Amino acid sequence: MSANLASPHGAALDAAATTEGRSLWQDAWRRLMANHAAVTGLVILVLIALVSVVGPYLLPWTYDEIDWRHVEALPPDMATRHYFGTDSLGRDLLARTLFGGRISLMVGILATTVALFIGVTVGAIAGFVGGRTDQYLMRFVDLMYSVPLTFFVIILMVVFGRNFILMFLAIGAVEWLTMARIVRGQTLTLRNKEFIEAARASGGSTTWIIIRHIVPNVLGVVMVYVTLTIPQVILLESFLSFLGLGIQEPMTSWGMLINDGAAELEVSPRTLIIPAAFMTVTLFCFNFLGDGLRDALDPKDR
Amino acid sequence: MNAPVLDIKNLIVRFATNDGEVAAVSDLSLSIGKGECLGIVGESGSGKSQTFLAVMGLLARNGSVSGEAIYGGVNLLTAGERALNELRGNALTMVFQDPMTSLTPHMKVGRQLTEVLIRHRGVDKTTARNEAVAMLKRVQIPEAERRFDMYPHELSGGLRQRVMVAMALLCGPALIIADEPTTALDVTVQAQILDLIRRAKDELDTAVVLITHDLGVVAGLADRVAVMYGGRLVEIGEVHQIFRAPQHPYTQGLLACTPRLDDPATATLVTIPGQPPNLQNLPSGCSYHPRCPYVMDRCRVERPVLTPGVSGGLKACHLDALVQGAA
Amino acid sequence: MSAPLLAVRDLKVHFQVRSGGLLFADYVPLKAVDGVSFDLAAGETLGIVGESGCGKSTLGRAVLQLLPVTAGSVAWLGGDLTALDKKELKARRQDMQIIFQDPLASLDPRMTAGDIIAEPVRNFHSGMSGAAIKAGVQEMMAQVGLLPGMVNRYPHEFSGGQCQRIGIARAMILGPKLVVCDEPVSALDVSIRAQVINLLMDLQQAYGLAMLFISHDLSVVRHISHRVMVLYLGRVMEIADRDALFKAARHPYTQALMTAVPIPDPDKERAKPRVAVGVDLPSPLNPPSGCVFRTRCPKATQVCADVVPPLESAGPGHEVACHHWRD
Repeated sequence: MSANLASPHGAALDAAATTEGRSLWQDAWRRLMANHAAVTGLVILVLIALVSVVGPYLLPWTYDEIDWRHVEALPPDMATRHYFGTDSLGRDLLARTLFGGRISLMVGILATTVALFIGVTVGAIAGFVGGRTDQYLMRFVDLMYSVPLTFFVIILMVVFGRNFILMFLAIGAVEWLTMARIVRGQTLTLRNKEFIEAARASGGSTTWIIIRHIVPNVLGVVMVYVTLTIPQVILLESFLSFLGLGIQEPMTSWGMLINDGAAELEVSPRTLIIPAAFMTVTLFCFNFLGDGLRDALDPKDR
Repeated sequence: MNAPVLDIKNLIVRFATNDGEVAAVSDLSLSIGKGECLGIVGESGSGKSQTFLAVMGLLARNGSVSGEAIYGGVNLLTAGERALNELRGNALTMVFQDPMTSLTPHMKVGRQLTEVLIRHRGVDKTTARNEAVAMLKRVQIPEAERRFDMYPHELSGGLRQRVMVAMALLCGPALIIADEPTTALDVTVQAQILDLIRRAKDELDTAVVLITHDLGVVAGLADRVAVMYGGRLVEIGEVHQIFRAPQHPYTQGLLACTPRLDDPATATLVTIPGQPPNLQNLPSGCSYHPRCPYVMDRCRVERPVLTPGVSGGLKACHLDALVQGAA
Repeated sequence: MSAPLLAVRDLKVHFQVRSGGLLFADYVPLKAVDGVSFDLAAGETLGIVGESGCGKSTLGRAVLQLLPVTAGSVAWLGGDLTALDKKELKARRQDMQIIFQDPLASLDPRMTAGDIIAEPVRNFHSGMSGAAIKAGVQEMMAQVGLLPGMVNRYPHEFSGGQCQRIGIARAMILGPKLVVCDEPVSALDVSIRAQVINLLMDLQQAYGLAMLFISHDLSVVRHISHRVMVLYLGRVMEIADRDALFKAARHPYTQALMTAVPIPDPDKERAKPRVAVGVDLPSPLNPPSGCVFRTRCPKATQVCADVVPPLESAGPGHEVACHHWRD
């Protein structure tokens, strides 16, 4: 808030021209950019995402290609162009790590998006409409909470077969619960704000008020939660993969690579350390970014 | 005026914000005498509350302070947390605007009162209880014994503020700082709380700083009045002088734009044009100049210092004398 | 007085308040508004005063049908608003608007000033072109004293007074016939209050607005109102023309309120007599029998506990609900 709250003369000066206001989003962005940890996190995340998406095309080996000359775990070797070596089946570790990153990030982002849409919709409706609707929706959420996740995923897998898409749905279907609760709580406090009453007094319908006033005002909190959910989902995916319920060979993800690497730990620790390092750095960066976002979006805490 | 209880000299309060450093209080000097009530009048952002939060060592973390605030030969601004804790709640007490948030919600009011006595005066529990109940009676809380064992939320806003006043008076303080003590209260309750403060001042010879935006409250209680604007003192003087012959155009404007019950109702109110100043971007020269009806070229470039006014008191204005009755 | 725009008859708003219960909740009715009647003509301002919890804000919202009405009728040009369905009510909302106390909280922080002011237009005239809306918004902004260049700014970039002007522009843009002002100046700085009061009075003159002006500040209410209604625990204590009420208040509660208002004049404030009232506001869940004010009233007798005092005429257009108003 620089010159804006200013003196009446500040106001007189811009009488001629229309000045652009600075929205809360712009303010938050500025604060985020001033936070070194968050910016570093963001930059590294963008790099990892870029390398994961583009990298596999540039490498001499693909993720599922077996180097038949060496069907064993090889150390890094420039001559064979296995820059990170190979896994126990002779597949290029770098290519697999990058491809695994692509899958892990995709699962993380897509499943979170699913959670975001369901969670915000349900939470905002439950919180704003209240009464019966709220009761039924939230009891359903409670019910879903009480179903064990693995059990739920196994049932889905059994019914629909193992499927890549199913995984997004399964994880998303679980993660939206918390999102819905958070959004509902936020909506309940917003509902009693005077600007909501003002919107009603000026003839706004319920749907209009939810879309126009409630959702934009809960987005800040939601975004923080999203950045904290993505790493959670990545972990969840690796857990499911670990149980053999996730991605299928020869496709891979960080979780699976870590699982494979753990088996090879004594022979070639490299196969564990490299994907684990990628995943850890990514999770760290998401957490830093999430923290930064929370500080940026909630200026009362500064 | 007799020897001052509190003597503030060249107080500066700054806050570090994301948009740079902001001076909430600039170069403020004033003193409060024994048994005197000093009213501090100003709008939001005038620095009236920050001045005394700084004196009490209660500034927010991003605040910094310089200057002197002498109480009993000690500079409170450099005294350190330990020494301040000895004084706060004992010799120097505060009454805040919102009695709900200034009482701990999970403790009975009685215990909150007796703890103050036990900590500062080292009395035993029974004595503390007796004194606390006596104090509750003194601030005219009906059924004081029963109220002693209640939680804050069980009391009405007016009673809670009485409890706050009782707590402030408990150790026989030399100075009470009342920061908007009646703003959150209804008028009938406000009148009663102000009576309590007046009695404490008269009977116990306690000095009172009354921080408020309400000129009526000041008129009833204060001996001297200080008017603040944009973090600076713009006028200070004896209460009759301030109300009868204000020497600063801002004081005059404030008095003129307040609707009052004793006037004939007029068609339109006199207004002060413009908005209160933004501390991050104060006008040059006199910060009041953009709103001042008497503005001269000099006011835009040169900041006026406090000088004696023609009718007594001090004013920070380039005008030699202000025409009275022409706001 | 011309035919009433708004006729409120025996309006009751009761809330069900949860009062414990082990397995199933027990509910107790809270009678926020209990049998209030009044008329309001075009171009007239009815001031509604009372202390916190007297039901004045609830009354304002119930008139606008923003709260469910328990009993009674609110007639708008003869047609009962409480009988309308959702669609008809939405159409009526063009004529009835509200201005809130907290200027910042009443504006959506994520929307620009222009979008906030335009929202009612978009709700009611969805076919209107962007350019026409923009022109309307700019004109409205100019009328309430905002510079058109500020249209793309966000609420947090404005001062409190400017935010309140945005709120007023939003309320006025559809050309309403009735505006409920719920403490519109209480949260504003003293120097800004007069500006906003004058603005409201100018708008009323220009458009022949009927206003319900809800406030706890009697000085402000006296300045702006034509008639004044005094509420206590949801019931009308006294209603009269402004001058009649302020010259000769009949109800002990009105008298107590008036004498409690501080006057910004040190001599008058210190010399003024006061009608003392009891400390404790009774719980609205369990109001006293008979006259609700009797527990704090200096004139209370046995009859006050037994019989609810009806509103009696105490002069032309002056009604008072007290057994002892003649004393």
